[in-house]
Amino acid sequence: MSDAALWVTVVVASLVSLAIKLVGQYAPEHWASSPRVVRTATLVTAALLAALVVVQTVDGGRSISVDARLPALAVAALALALRAPFLVVVVLAAATAAGLRALGWG
Amino acid sequence: MTDDGSPPPDPGVRDAVRQALSVSFATGLYGVSFGALSTVAGLSLAQTAVLSLLMFSGGSQFALVGVVGGGGAPVSAILSASFLGVRNALYGIRLGPLLALHGWRRVLAAHLTIDESTAVATAQSTRRAARAGFWWTGVGVFVLWNAFVLAGALAGDALADPGRWGLDAAAAAAFLGLLWPRLSTREVRLVVLAAGTLALVLVPLAPPGVPVLAAAALAVVISRTPAGRRPAADDAGPGVAA
Repeated sequence: MSDAALWVTVVVASLVSLAIKLVGQYAPEHWASSPRVVRTATLVTAALLAALVVVQTVDGGRSISVDARLPALAVAALALALRAPFLVVVVLAAATAAGLRALGWG
Repeated sequence: MTDDGSPPPDPGVRDAVRQALSVSFATGLYGVSFGALSTVAGLSLAQTAVLSLLMFSGGSQFALVGVVGGGGAPVSAILSASFLGVRNALYGIRLGPLLALHGWRRVLAAHLTIDESTAVATAQSTRRAARAGFWWTGVGVFVLWNAFVLAGALAGDALADPGRWGLDAAAAAAFLGLLWPRLSTREVRLVVLAAGTLALVLVPLAPPGVPVLAAAALAVVISRTPAGRRPAADDAGPGVAA
């Protein structure tokens, strides 16, 4: 992406994000109790994050690539299961991938 | 309850402020990882800082740089970040009556409406404590998050080969960390499984950015089908990731 395209992406996405927040602040109160609204927002958020985990782990540029990211993700999952703080999880994953690559794998 | 005038001292307010500060610090710290990942994905220092100040929603920011870093089109990056920000509208609806604001304060509150400020505000037992919790967390995270993002961006700029430092794996772990506290119900876990599988299938087939959007579309379709059971009221509860 060119520098100009990046700026447009950053500014437009930020303004949309703020607009969405404003919609929430000014929305009629009864929306909050609509199970349909709550359910859609819950499921869309979870689905997006799940897809981002997958893409970030196996994307090899229009192909699936199994490398050091996969064991690193497993370590992150284990750390999360053990209730490690967010930053510790991220650092452990990076260290795992970096370590494996230093050993010549992935 | 009287909100103005001279209210009696509320020990709940002190607890809310204390909670707000610890959440702000923990959340601010992982701004370092966002800053580093953002510059590694190709955003400049200025773009990273502007994104953090203007968008101010961790999940959306990670999503945007994730799609950009993977070679996605601007539209894919904007849509991914925006869909992930939809939950903030839900938080705003919930916080509106609690904060009861008008004018510029309401606009400012909207900008500070994120997972963490909502979580701290809604965890308080009195309205005064909830308001203190919201503002202290919102402002605290805003200041620390943006400061640490800048620090991370400077560090990321200095790393020549991000793969060598495992930063690509760190991004995957960051998304997993954001997803983890949301896996509380069976329906969410099933949707996560379906969305993850769809993304996996689409990675080699579709242009960058599309697998993520397809997963969101799938979730919208699923949410239009009748639920097998009554959804729990706290399904969309904000999680404090840190």
